[in-house]
Amino acid sequence: MSKYTLNVNGQSRSVDVAPDTPLLWVLRDHLDLVGTKFGCGVGQCGACSVHINGVSMRACMTAISTVGRKQITTIEGLDAAHSHPLQQAWCELDVPQCGYCQAGQIMTAAALLKDNPEPSDEDIDGAMANNLCRCATYLRIRAGIKRAAEIAKGGTGASASASPLATNKEAVK
Amino acid sequence: MSAPTLSTPIARRDFLKFSGVAGGGLVLGVYLRPVGSAFAADVAKPTAGGEFKPNAFIRIGTDNVVTLVSKQPEIGQGIKTSLPMIIAEQLEVNWKDVVIVQGDLDAAYGGQSAGGSRSTPNNYEAFNKLGATARTMLVEAAAQTWGVPASECNAMGTAVHHAASKRTLKYGELVAKAATLPVPDAAAVKLKDPKDYKLLGTRISGVDNPKIVSGKGLFGIDIKLPGMVYAIYEKCPVFGGKVVSANLDTIKALPGVKDAFVIEGAPAPLSGLMPGVAIVADSTWAAFSARKQLKVVWDEGKFANDSWDAFTAKATELSKKPAGATIHKDGDVAAGFASAAKTIEASYSYPFISHTSIEPQNCTAAFKDGAFEIWAPSQNPAAGQTAVMNQFSVPKEKVLVHLTRSGGGFGRRLSTDYVVEVAAIAHKLNGAPVKLTWSREDDMRHDQYRPGGFHYLKGGVDAAGKIVAWQNHFVTFGRMGTGRGGGAPSLQAVSGLDVEQFPAKFLTNYLGEQSMIECNIPTGPWRAPNNNVFSFVMQSFIDELAHAGGRDPLELRLELLSQKLGGNYNAERMSGVVKLVAEKADWNPKKFPRGKGQGIAFHFSHAGYIAQVAEVTVSKEGQVKVDRFVCACDVGSQIVNLSGAENQVEGSIVDGIGTAMFQELNLERGRMVQGNFDNYPMIRMPDAPTKIEVHFLKTNNTPTGLGEPAIPPVAPALANAIFAATGKRVRDFPFSRTDLRWS
Repeated sequence: MSKYTLNVNGQSRSVDVAPDTPLLWVLRDHLDLVGTKFGCGVGQCGACSVHINGVSMRACMTAISTVGRKQITTIEGLDAAHSHPLQQAWCELDVPQCGYCQAGQIMTAAALLKDNPEPSDEDIDGAMANNLCRCATYLRIRAGIKRAAEIAKGGTGASASASPLATNKEAVK
Repeated sequence: MSAPTLSTPIARRDFLKFSGVAGGGLVLGVYLRPVGSAFAADVAKPTAGGEFKPNAFIRIGTDNVVTLVSKQPEIGQGIKTSLPMIIAEQLEVNWKDVVIVQGDLDAAYGGQSAGGSRSTPNNYEAFNKLGATARTMLVEAAAQTWGVPASECNAMGTAVHHAASKRTLKYGELVAKAATLPVPDAAAVKLKDPKDYKLLGTRISGVDNPKIVSGKGLFGIDIKLPGMVYAIYEKCPVFGGKVVSANLDTIKALPGVKDAFVIEGAPAPLSGLMPGVAIVADSTWAAFSARKQLKVVWDEGKFANDSWDAFTAKATELSKKPAGATIHKDGDVAAGFASAAKTIEASYSYPFISHTSIEPQNCTAAFKDGAFEIWAPSQNPAAGQTAVMNQFSVPKEKVLVHLTRSGGGFGRRLSTDYVVEVAAIAHKLNGAPVKLTWSREDDMRHDQYRPGGFHYLKGGVDAAGKIVAWQNHFVTFGRMGTGRGGGAPSLQAVSGLDVEQFPAKFLTNYLGEQSMIECNIPTGPWRAPNNNVFSFVMQSFIDELAHAGGRDPLELRLELLSQKLGGNYNAERMSGVVKLVAEKADWNPKKFPRGKGQGIAFHFSHAGYIAQVAEVTVSKEGQVKVDRFVCACDVGSQIVNLSGAENQVEGSIVDGIGTAMFQELNLERGRMVQGNFDNYPMIRMPDAPTKIEVHFLKTNNTPTGLGEPAIPPVAPALANAIFAATGKRVRDFPFSRTDLRWS
């Protein structure tokens, strides 16, 4: 076991764990930050996406011994009021189904928007390709990222349509 | 009043009667309180001055907050939002005044299983009455307060109004009075006219969304209890294999390990407590790390040489022999084929696949003073409770089950293997709460799989392209068991052809037959079970016959639907959605250039009538891009939550594409080869369609569920579109195995 002092969501947090412990399990079991999720353990699903010095990384593949004093941001610390444009857009467009992967989706999307505030469909597909959504809400995630980009630009009003799919209507027989 | 027991299902009328008693509510206490705010917040505190509790589902406080209990397991189907919406509609409350709490497993709530897309149809009528009953009582309370007839008062916006005197009382102000009133007979309560609905049919964002996007603990895997320890459970890679020995002393000496032991279990049934080795540690990672040093000698049993390749060879052999059983027969197929102008034969196949719910199976339990307390991400918590009762010979009142949100279900969490495993570990620990976490590899290699299968088809069309004969020899898998009725062990089909599987009972000459291959692989329902593969086979082969007979695939389908011979299939409802989807998708397959194509399919399952049109582009190199999917659904007279309904259909379409395109498990030496997403590809965003359009056709039928029925038509619509684009017919899952290059 070894002692580590981490910089998590702007706070200094100390843990005493084995050096090979992935950041994922330090967050979940030791720091009670359970928003970062376990999905595969091999860096394939993206449910454990966090920011390390602003870059989206896989917490399940990041040994605690390699983290040092780098700034770690988890979904709990993405925005103090939990009202990051992506968090607003996700609620507005009702993106989640089971919701398990969505923190990881938001963290990856937040890193994308920081570098590329107005991403194209291709930019979005490319950046999000490493985050699995088993419920397959990909169309709403795409729409959510675009809506978040609008909100970030100052578009605080309701989105152009109440649904990400404006053509949906109930046909009445 | 005694609570009905879980072993005696509550009839709908009794359920209403029982839950319609003021003061009825939770009958079980909480022994342990999880760490973390999200779980604790779900326990609402009574307001000062009392509260109005007309039944187990509704509590209104003096602060005008309306607390509604969601009784069903939430697995991503949106039920925690949609069922309470029904109560809120009839109760005439502002949605912003509503707080939803997750109910534990409790007989007061009636059935609590999330399976078969049954949550909406099973509860729709009852939930309407629950809300209307409470609203009637609140109106009566206001009328008595004012000394006016109840007929002069109306409920709206969490308040009762008396228009003549311009007086208003908020529900919170009526709590004390309403709580003294008798509960009216549910049959006498007046429901709202659907034309006056304000909430149902609108788009409501999921009630847990704010917690989901901010990372609050909601899921089973997020549970943490004071003094909790962490466990893994290693089972034999060959299903049902037994533990001979394990290096337990080495494991116990590893850092963080608190205990390691063999659980004897039983090799059958494959959904029960299987033999294995448990490691208990002070953290998840300590348990995972110790597992890397675990060495177990297994008795792998007699199925250790089974393989998918051998199954495939066996299926081919069986296809050439007379079938084991006739499932349904109409007319005389031999005569039909003799009269046909053209006859075609084709074989279809699909492999075993995993559910891969993104939250791996996990469960938390404590066994203390002879009683279990369990936190289960489960679709069927009562089944988990029963499994634990039977395994440890404890009465029901000694097994308290809390429901947590589940990170996906898809049918996987109807099984109770992981619940009884953690119960066995907790039982051994006798005191400490323990969380069992399966690795992804455990999840994929010890699933209750969607079974594979093989179909050998022959069809004939006459000179006009009309289908005159259809023969389907289904080679499925069978496992030794005693069946539902008990009796001597015999081979039981893990997936069986239905008597009314379309186009059965729509063709004069039809033969559906079945043969079985013995296997010992655990199988279970996978989202729209059986239908998710049968639709691919039937709707693809109909397409083959349409092309063989020179007919438009839409027009031939409508002809088929017009010639029903009998049975329960509602051909009129299906024709309705087929015509709607054709119109919305601008059906005109001839307008597409080579390399682009349109395909159509329909399917009835889980009470839903669904038709879909896919549009694809296939590059000359064989890369498939899904440009557009249009879907028409008839799930009855009323959509509950339009956003949730659309989300289910959109997700079903993308899930259906991914499953068809990419997924397969291979069995070698009796064990599943694939273990994680690196060798079991899932659909990712770049392969999701550019556009999905969802249309609901309202018909005068009971509202039904949408978790499953939109899945089955996806694969055949896609395969039929690929054929239209390339001339290449895909007959096997996963489609990625078929060479789709064209020139």
